[in-house]
Amino acid sequence: MKIALLGNPNTGKSSVFNMLTGLRQHVGNFPGVTVDKKIGNIKIGVETHKLIDFPGTYSLYPRSKDEQVVYDVLNDSSSQDYPDLIMVIADASNLERNLFFFSQIYDLGMPCILVLNMNDVAQRAGKHINIERLKEAFPGASIEGINARLGTGKERILSLLENAADRRPENKFLKGSEICSLDDLQCQEQEASLRYQQISGLIKEIQENKEIPKKDMNKIDKILVHPVFGYVIFAAILMVIFQFIYSFAAYPMDLIDGWFAELSVFLSRSIPEGIFSDLISQGIVPGIGGVIIFIPQIALLFFFVSILEETGYLARVVFIMDRLMRPFGLNGKSTVPLLSSVACAIPGVMAARTITDWKERMITILVAPLMSCSARIPVYTLLIALVIPNQTVFGFINLQGLVLFSLYALGLVSALVVAWILKIFIKTREKGFLLLELPGYKAPQLKNVGITVLEKVKVFVFDAGKVIMAISIILWALASYGPGDNMINAEIEARKSALAHQLDQEKTEQLIASEKLEHSYIGVFGKSIEPVIRPLGYDWKVGISLITSFAAREVFVGSLATIYAIHDDGEENKRLIDRLREEKRRDGTPVYSLAMGLSLMVYYVFAMQCMSTLAVVKRETKSWKWPLFQLAFMGVLAYVGAWITFTIFS
Amino acid sequence: MTESLDHIAPGQHAQITEILHNDLKPQLMEMGLIKGRIVEVLFTAPFGDPIAIKLNGYVLSLRLDEAALIQVKTTNELVNS
Ligand SMILES: Nc1nc2c(ncn2[C@@H]2O[C@H](COP(=O)(O)OP(=O)(O)OP(=O)(O)O)[C@@H](O)[C@H]2O)c(=O)[nH]1
Ligand SMILES: [Mg+2]
Repeated sequence: MKIALLGNPNTGKSSVFNMLTGLRQHVGNFPGVTVDKKIGNIKIGVETHKLIDFPGTYSLYPRSKDEQVVYDVLNDSSSQDYPDLIMVIADASNLERNLFFFSQIYDLGMPCILVLNMNDVAQRAGKHINIERLKEAFPGASIEGINARLGTGKERILSLLENAADRRPENKFLKGSEICSLDDLQCQEQEASLRYQQISGLIKEIQENKEIPKKDMNKIDKILVHPVFGYVIFAAILMVIFQFIYSFAAYPMDLIDGWFAELSVFLSRSIPEGIFSDLISQGIVPGIGGVIIFIPQIALLFFFVSILEETGYLARVVFIMDRLMRPFGLNGKSTVPLLSSVACAIPGVMAARTITDWKERMITILVAPLMSCSARIPVYTLLIALVIPNQTVFGFINLQGLVLFSLYALGLVSALVVAWILKIFIKTREKGFLLLELPGYKAPQLKNVGITVLEKVKVFVFDAGKVIMAISIILWALASYGPGDNMINAEIEARKSALAHQLDQEKTEQLIASEKLEHSYIGVFGKSIEPVIRPLGYDWKVGISLITSFAAREVFVGSLATIYAIHDDGEENKRLIDRLREEKRRDGTPVYSLAMGLSLMVYYVFAMQCMSTLAVVKRETKSWKWPLFQLAFMGVLAYVGAWITFTIFS
Repeated sequence: MTESLDHIAPGQHAQITEILHNDLKPQLMEMGLIKGRIVEVLFTAPFGDPIAIKLNGYVLSLRLDEAALIQVKTTNELVNS
């Protein structure tokens, strides 16, 4: 049996879902739309049933992309998700609006259960609901009151599920109502009006309101949305989050990095030498490592974001940011995607789902990768250490820090400017809007937070992971093989010159690796694009690194190290930096000049050097059009920006 | 006297008299903004936009553009919560 979990947003659907299924759940995708569905199994007796968690909706008629799912599934009995039973979760403290949606479902005539959740909140607000009378109003449905937060009511729901599928409503709640067609707004307005009329009559009968002295919830809100304190508090929370993401996540990330490096070495020693060994130790293992290393940051980010969401604070952030974001064609809801992108654009793009307006959502997705993500940090740090002197300006500001800050600022400003331009060019009929419920404040529920984090990490590892892996393997192959006898000759030459210079074993191997890379397909390609990148101040060696770092930006550093035949010594890169400083052009000027370094930094601020982001954008927009457009405009920005920078500083 | 909801000051109560014809109208109605309902403007975001209103049982925020679609008359009656 398939059971659909429906209801208004924030009524506790996911809590009920987690309560009933525990960890027996997985994320799938609704066909045709970009919204994840969560599917879980419930065991009742010997039978296993499928429970599907749907996005929250206020009405049967879809008002956004993710609400469309509900309408599509319920109107297509051949859909693989077409339910045998619908369970509507309603917020007992806000019965009227919740019954509006439930009565629409009831009138579909399908077997249904109404679960009244949040009874504790209703009680505190002095509301008492007469469930017996409610049952009389909906004789075809089973009704039960629970508290998903405490987990009470689980047994009662399970026993309801056992025989609820055999009962279906015989008469409609709203007599004579038919489903309106989607574009018949007038029909929908009339239905809304009649339905609310009937429901408010019902509410008067079944709900008692006790006058209780109200605690002034407004007080917290008045501070959190205050024109000064509101932003100060938000900024402070951000600082804490980024402190965790950047400083504290570094420890587990270093550990992971170390493990994978060791694993590579171990595997290359224990598997007999040959292509297979190389593929595993140089292609696949570093590829997996490149995915796993982002898990601490993504997990931390979603840990904080989902806590903020659970407490109800995030809705206030949207509320105070909306007016600031709007001139740029963005929405208050774009705040979270853009912030997440500072850690990694992948969760950022995924978070844009909550934006109901199509145009605002698209713009958010398109500009999110312009925010400087953590994969740019290794590139920025290397280049800054290389060309920016470590000195103090204006008496107290560290110049290197200032440059780093400027790069982040450049990313943010360009995201806003591009958004503003896109706003003019992307045409839609509709005007953007914001209709957002500000939920009451609640203490976060750790179980929900934990499950969210787990789910996001899973999506990242499996979705983005596939692409990163594939690209790493392709790049590895292109870097390990060359046209004709290129590679063998390169190795022979390298050995000869190593002998001539009496290099030790380690140096010899590094020299061979470097010569091989130069003569591989990637090397050949890097050289062939040299004329294109010369105006930016780059030579073919940088060209190769640009190409290899297309899979992921941070690969740039390791690639340079290989090209210059330097053993990658991790974080500090001292030897690499010394080696890069020695690199001279024919006329004796250094290759890595200030102008060239800055030009490269600007290039990395803008360029879409991340296959996995492109893959996620494709997944989220269901078309290659948008990721390709993104690749193109970011590429143009990067090229022009880098060229201007190089021209100014040289 | 009728005016639109975007002109109502925080702290004031108002009764909905009509929702202007618009693509958003069915959606506004489904959220509970129905003729005859009483709402209270609670507070506004910095810069005065969006605004937060108390409606039957919950708090809704909406932009001034959307509030402008909602015709109201001020009243002293309270929102029944
Ligand atoms: N006080 C109280 N809080 C609850 C109860 N059930 C759920 N919550 C809390 O309500 C909030 C929303 O719950 P969710 O389960 O995320 O709601 P949802 O319906 O899945 O929300 P969307 O997916 O956003 O539509 C969370 O903070 C829960 O901890 C309850 O019975 N009482
Ligand atoms: Mg949910």
